[in-house]
Amino acid sequence: MDNLLSIVTFIPALAALILALFLRGDDEAAARNAKWLAMIATSATFVVSLFILFQFDSSNTGFQMVEEASWVMGMQYKMGVDGISVLFVMLTTFMMPLVIAASWDVNTRVKEYMIAFLLLETLMLGVFMALDLVLFYVFFEAGLIPMFLIIGIWGGANRIYASYKFFLYTFLGSVLMLVAMVAMFVDAGTTDIPTLMTHSFGSENFSLLGIQVVGGLQTLMFLAFFASFAVKMPMWPVHTWLPDAHVQAPTAGSVVLAAILLKMGGYGFLRFSLPMFPVGAELMTPLILWMSAIAIVYTSLVALVQEDMKKLIAYSSVAHMGYVTMGIFAANQQGIDGAIFQMISHGFISGALFLCVGVIYDRMHTREIDAYGGLVTRMPAYALIFMFFTMANVGLPGTSGFVGEFLTLIGVFQVNTWVAAVATAGVILSAAYALWLYRRVVMGDLIKESLRTITDMSTRERAIFAPLVVMTLLLGVYPALVLDIIGPSVEALVSNYETALASAQDALQTAATN
Amino acid sequence: METLILFAPLIGALIGGFGWRLIGEKGAMWVTTGLLFVACFFSWIVFLGHDGVTEKVQILRWIESGSLSTDWAIRLDRLTAIMLIVITTVSALVHLYSFGYMADDPQWKEGESYKPRFFAYLSFFTFAMLMLVTSDNLVQMFFGWEGVGVASYLLIGFYYRKPTANAAAIKAFVVNRVGDFGFALGIFALYYLTDSVKFDDIFAAVPALAETQVTFLWAEWNAANLIAVLLFIGAMGKSAQLFLHTWLPDAMEGPTPVSALIHAATMVTAGVFLVCRMSPLMEYAPEATAFITFLGATTAFVAATIGLVQNDIKRVIAYSTMSQLGYMFVAAGVGVYSVAMFHLFTHAFFKAMLFLGAGSVIHAMHHEQDMRNYGALRKKIPYTFWAMMIGTLAITGVGIPLSGWIGFAGFASKDAVIESAYAGTDGGYAFWMLVIAALFTSFYSWRLMFLTFYGKARGDKHTHEHAHESPMVMLVPLGVLSFGAIFAGAIWYGSFFGKTNEVAGFFGVPYAEASEHGEKDDHSDDHGEAKDDHAAKDDGKKKKTSYAFTGKPGEGAIYTHKDNHVLYDAHYVPTWVKLSPFIAMVIGFLLAMWFYIWDPKMPKRAMETNRPLYNFLLNKWYFDELYDAVFVKPASMIGRFFWKRGDGDVIDGTLNGVAMGIVPFFTRLAGRAQSGYIFTYAFAMVIGIVVLVTWMTFSGGAH
Repeated sequence: MDNLLSIVTFIPALAALILALFLRGDDEAAARNAKWLAMIATSATFVVSLFILFQFDSSNTGFQMVEEASWVMGMQYKMGVDGISVLFVMLTTFMMPLVIAASWDVNTRVKEYMIAFLLLETLMLGVFMALDLVLFYVFFEAGLIPMFLIIGIWGGANRIYASYKFFLYTFLGSVLMLVAMVAMFVDAGTTDIPTLMTHSFGSENFSLLGIQVVGGLQTLMFLAFFASFAVKMPMWPVHTWLPDAHVQAPTAGSVVLAAILLKMGGYGFLRFSLPMFPVGAELMTPLILWMSAIAIVYTSLVALVQEDMKKLIAYSSVAHMGYVTMGIFAANQQGIDGAIFQMISHGFISGALFLCVGVIYDRMHTREIDAYGGLVTRMPAYALIFMFFTMANVGLPGTSGFVGEFLTLIGVFQVNTWVAAVATAGVILSAAYALWLYRRVVMGDLIKESLRTITDMSTRERAIFAPLVVMTLLLGVYPALVLDIIGPSVEALVSNYETALASAQDALQTAATN
Repeated sequence: METLILFAPLIGALIGGFGWRLIGEKGAMWVTTGLLFVACFFSWIVFLGHDGVTEKVQILRWIESGSLSTDWAIRLDRLTAIMLIVITTVSALVHLYSFGYMADDPQWKEGESYKPRFFAYLSFFTFAMLMLVTSDNLVQMFFGWEGVGVASYLLIGFYYRKPTANAAAIKAFVVNRVGDFGFALGIFALYYLTDSVKFDDIFAAVPALAETQVTFLWAEWNAANLIAVLLFIGAMGKSAQLFLHTWLPDAMEGPTPVSALIHAATMVTAGVFLVCRMSPLMEYAPEATAFITFLGATTAFVAATIGLVQNDIKRVIAYSTMSQLGYMFVAAGVGVYSVAMFHLFTHAFFKAMLFLGAGSVIHAMHHEQDMRNYGALRKKIPYTFWAMMIGTLAITGVGIPLSGWIGFAGFASKDAVIESAYAGTDGGYAFWMLVIAALFTSFYSWRLMFLTFYGKARGDKHTHEHAHESPMVMLVPLGVLSFGAIFAGAIWYGSFFGKTNEVAGFFGVPYAEASEHGEKDDHSDDHGEAKDDHAAKDDGKKKKTSYAFTGKPGEGAIYTHKDNHVLYDAHYVPTWVKLSPFIAMVIGFLLAMWFYIWDPKMPKRAMETNRPLYNFLLNKWYFDELYDAVFVKPASMIGRFFWKRGDGDVIDGTLNGVAMGIVPFFTRLAGRAQSGYIFTYAFAMVIGIVVLVTWMTFSGGAH
């Protein structure tokens, strides 16, 4: 199959199109058909995407399965995967059937809901595969629209405020990124990502409006991209949109947001920031490392005092993304391996945690922690699953949560021991907030009248968690499944980065003297 | 065989935990217990058949990234073999004991199934502990380290209806995480400096580390000392050493068999094991080991003082455990790792037995734990009484003075620790702290015995009338452990604290005839040949062949630097030093007799005249209150501040302010579209693409 990547990318879109054109009526049968079609489409996408994984040659550090075609107005349609992106593709296709299954009880505007998720999948896959700047931009930005609708239409009571915030943050970042993209095109004369990765952008200092810009064009471009990706991650201090978005989003929306959408920021750093603007990245590294360390401690402390379950987990997500940015900008093999691993692992774990909240939200219709307590007596299976993912979330060795944290920390230790020590302190706080949450929700005696009749997880719910449990354990015990695939590409990325830095040494030296 | 030992408990835990609906409660209990006995049987075969040669079994690849490479692997040497029998023996007996202890627990309602869960947790704990001690690298050890932490968390919080149990469980996990913070940084630093996390590579690199300076946080440090201290911080958490000890007494909220297995015999000794395992590093880190000695001695003392006044029977034993762990760290700190392991080994038997005995008392007294409500139980539960008596004789160190080994297990090992402390510190702080702690140990141990078994029956009459001896499943483990508590010291005295050649042979460490210990001055590298030229220096001692440890770091299970003669010197301390623990023990015993047998009004009088001191000890030196004020409360205050002020006012406030300027502008631009923001967004994106495309078209396109 020469266009495997396109097939995988557009199966969900095709299903969405079919839904939009042919599904009529809003009775129960129509809703059921919409769900099943979405389920089949996402499952098929996953199955077909397995071929990508089988065909993928991890020893080849270049782009593979590349497809190229002319598009409108002289632009290029170019797709491909390498060791850095291929697992994000797999993560997306793996999670989507579970997301659809988790939405089985949705009963308002089911057809539109499924269309939104199917389109979202296509756009997310596009982001991870696009090898053309314009194409990337289209996928990257368009992906926000379905997410936006999901929060805005199927969200909670305060969804307008959340969507407004979501919009504002991402918009500010995107404008800057767009400007940088234009500048890149002007400088390099192409929008082809592989070519741009080998292009060296100017890093000579110049002054702009009377301010000396150290690292020159690269610094400016880096900052512009950084604005967009940092919001996406999200990094402290531009993280405040995430807790609100999570709280208002429906369960499935939260899962997609935490498991996949957040990873676009990290992916962007690895695809653009490090390879294309090494000098800018190097200059900004201390700042970013500190922002990451602060994020870990700050958001963990905030998580400690939350009263809303989803908010707590959202803050915990921000803390975990702190490890990712820290690992990426440690810019060594362990750091970046760890960052990618952490992103994949966080996809499973945070996804599962949001699903855990969803399970009891569906029953009690509240996310208030104080409304629960003593669930273990009536929901033993739930207690077990929730315990497992709580432990995975605090980075217990043997679960995938540990490998990512460990590698990013060991990576950053080689660069900056202060940052490593502060970030390591985060593991103390993560244990505190996660176990505190678990205690208040699950442990204790069941004394609240409203909980007397609560039921344990259904077979459908268990079936959703099963694959997540398997992946979390499997990657925790045998992380080579991921590390073998990303290793060579990361090695190439690191060595290119170092070479580029070495050749720009002069620029850096001048920078130092100024 | 090692693989079987390692995985039998895991299989038991899985079958018991998930399969009990199929095989029934009893089935799950028998499967977990049976598999533990299998593991125990093979452990003894491994231990007795072990010849000191290190074996390695690679199981599976684990984390590999660049030059970092870790495997799931087994390293079997003498240290591992000792831990194997300690863990599997105590665990198997505790499993058996739990048949009786957990039979009908008042914590549970009718029809609730808790036994399979309990047994599965116990087996899971055993698996994690075995992973810890069989590891051949620090990361797998960390896996076991955290794994036992989770098992401990689950078992402390086993009575999940009790708020105190839940709080204690979280406290245990979080305080241990503080230790893990140090442990993890130690691993990072080792990888940074030696490019490996495997023991073999690390040990080989240790001499170089001692010469290396490394920048860590605010200062330059000697690498060996820095790493040793970081790893020891981890050990402090797990082994409840001072400042990170507050979780251990609270952990007594768990069922008593758990306290025996996890919080006395095995998990809490993991820190001691870590220090012994890293002996090559410790030998090159003099400042770090001085710190370990100091802190161990202080812990032994502080814990013993608190133990003097506690009223909960389990808490007394918990503080006693903490104190004994301090002894082990002193031995390790002065560089006599074999003695640290010796005390760990004997302590596992008698302390597990004391806990199980206490469990038997609690079981007899309908879950009453306050000793003030005991008394005169000697006749009612005679087997338990005798078991506790043996345990007490062992922990207080009863034996024939100056004979070395003729006595209860604790006699041989505790005296060895104290003599090593004298030899290692020239009779300094650590020695005196340990001797005073020995006096206190004797006092609180006998106090426990007298309050429980002698005097008049106090407390609820009904409970006393119905006090009954425990069933056989509980008494048999007590019997087996008392065997260990009596003989373990005498049998293995030579192997752990004998002549250098015996110890070296036992631990598989190369040794050579080393003339004698005047060799300090001899800088020749081939120790074997060095003949004694300084015989005269050894005044008063018989001239005889002695041996010295040789070999490089990493050869054998423990490493002793060739300048480290503490093991040798400990045998030639002055007689009064050798007698001191015995004297302390007798004084403690007599004081307890005076307070609780001869003059039962005495404790009350003493308490009233020394009220502040009594309160200070009863409240455990106010560590909990201090930590609550310094860490717990501020953490949530800062969290709230960051949330409301930081996220709310500063970040959102600023951005909203900016937004109020920008957004209306764009919405006006976008016209009066209904779905305001979405439309604006799409519109902005389209404009973006149009700009890009226009630019490209005008500049001749991308191609």
